[in-house]
Amino acid sequence: MTSYHLTTSISEDTIRALHIGDAVRLSGVMVTARDAAHRYMVETFVESGSIPESERLLYEELRRLLDGGVIYHCGPVVRQLAPPPPPPQGGGGGGGGYEFVAAGPTTSIREEPYEADVIAHFGVRAVIGKGGMGLATLRACQEYGAVYLHAVGGAAALIASTVKEVIAVHKLEEFGAPEAFWVVHAEDFPAVVTMDSHGYSVHDQIEAESAAALGRLLGGAT
Amino acid sequence: MEIEALVELIRRASTDLPADVEAALREAKASEEPGSPAAGALEAILENVALARANSTPICQDTGTLSFYVHHPQGASTRESRAQIEAAVAEATRRATLRPNAVDPLTGHNSGNNLGTGFPTFHFEDWDEEHLQIDLLLKGGGSENVSAQYMLPYTHPCPSRTPPPHPSTPPLDLLGGRLRTGAGGTEGGIEWRAGRDLEGVRRVVLDAAHRAQGKGCAPGILGIAIGGDRSTGYDHAKRQLLRPLDDVNPVKELAALEERLLRECNELGIGPMGFGGKTTVLGVKIGALHRLPACYFVSVAYMCWACRRARMTLNR
Repeated sequence: MTSYHLTTSISEDTIRALHIGDAVRLSGVMVTARDAAHRYMVETFVESGSIPESERLLYEELRRLLDGGVIYHCGPVVRQLAPPPPPPQGGGGGGGGYEFVAAGPTTSIREEPYEADVIAHFGVRAVIGKGGMGLATLRACQEYGAVYLHAVGGAAALIASTVKEVIAVHKLEEFGAPEAFWVVHAEDFPAVVTMDSHGYSVHDQIEAESAAALGRLLGGAT
Repeated sequence: MEIEALVELIRRASTDLPADVEAALREAKASEEPGSPAAGALEAILENVALARANSTPICQDTGTLSFYVHHPQGASTRESRAQIEAAVAEATRRATLRPNAVDPLTGHNSGNNLGTGFPTFHFEDWDEEHLQIDLLLKGGGSENVSAQYMLPYTHPCPSRTPPPHPSTPPLDLLGGRLRTGAGGTEGGIEWRAGRDLEGVRRVVLDAAHRAQGKGCAPGILGIAIGGDRSTGYDHAKRQLLRPLDDVNPVKELAALEERLLRECNELGIGPMGFGGKTTVLGVKIGALHRLPACYFVSVAYMCWACRRARMTLNR
């Protein structure tokens, strides 16, 4: 177990150096995305033949942010500091009027049907969440050079204190505050690598070990 | 009822972890290997608990579903109480003590103030006391998703989802489990059955704890109901989460089962956040309801480590 400090945008070489069990501190820009956002990204950008004109600005913004970037599975508690500035064309909103109050990770496995496509399409280097993800995501991490980082579930006040600035928010009205794309700047965000780009997953290992323990407790398997 | 007092109840529930839960987390941290991911996770959790309390911000961003358990003197208006509590919920949401969590399943629209159909939930009961007592439980969605209900007798793996065993496979040992060696039936790897008794309850609860892995934000607390129907079972399971971790079940058999399941769930080695370790659950609380002859449900309400509950009493 080694400790690393990562800064966005992250290179493939940096990702390939990470292994499960490594502790990381992440600084730079990350984008929150959970259920509605993942479905939207895949259905609107990855699977659609052509991108609707109304979504083009956001698409270009996400491409820029996520290339070498970080997705955070999080539905934050957000406090509005001042009336928000009028949204620019394309539905995105300035984030200057908000701060994160509580911002721990949400369960990642719900994004399993989408995450591999998102990693491949946008060039995401790190996905942060909790609970781990499945085989499709693990394979995408291996193929494209990405990692899954586990944040401490429920440590919302602690993690919010590492989020120094809310840069922008997209789809706030349409998806609601927990589900919107929040673009934030974080410093020393703490996490552990639990799925690496070499095909290893802490979650698979613990699942197998605990299954063996369950077998012993239920009386048969040794 | 003062709206402000109710807002304070919600603030305390969301930002101030109960002392018994914090003490259990401290004990857990002391038991984990120093420097391990498990110890690191518990250290972050304890730091977070202190920070949330000091800054009066939510312990977890998923402030969850709000369940209000109201005991009121005879003759009090539950309609009035409901309206006041709803006003307090909207106000607490405005103050960012709660995340707006009520989503219309048909339109996907978030109501923005935690009010909606069946949101929050209320349980009213009158009692002989002169005062009003309100218990509030906040339970996040991640833990709700790994909650489970079993109908006993239960066979694992579920026969309808796996091919029938090869004719040469020896008959299943009713209470023992054994490694499956033939083709098919890969779910979980072993076969076992749970019958309609406390041993059957034990088996399915261990299965539920294993299935949850770290996904419900382990180390969790298991609220369990034996019996009832599908809805009363889950309701009674959730009510067990109002019990302090250090209480002792007055029913001797259930007290023994709680203690055994606490020990055995921790033997699974799932650990905090599913990182591996000695602490998979902080507590197991079991209640029982009379059941229909045809039904034997075991309902498991998985609560994350952030077991947020608060109580207030009001004298009239």
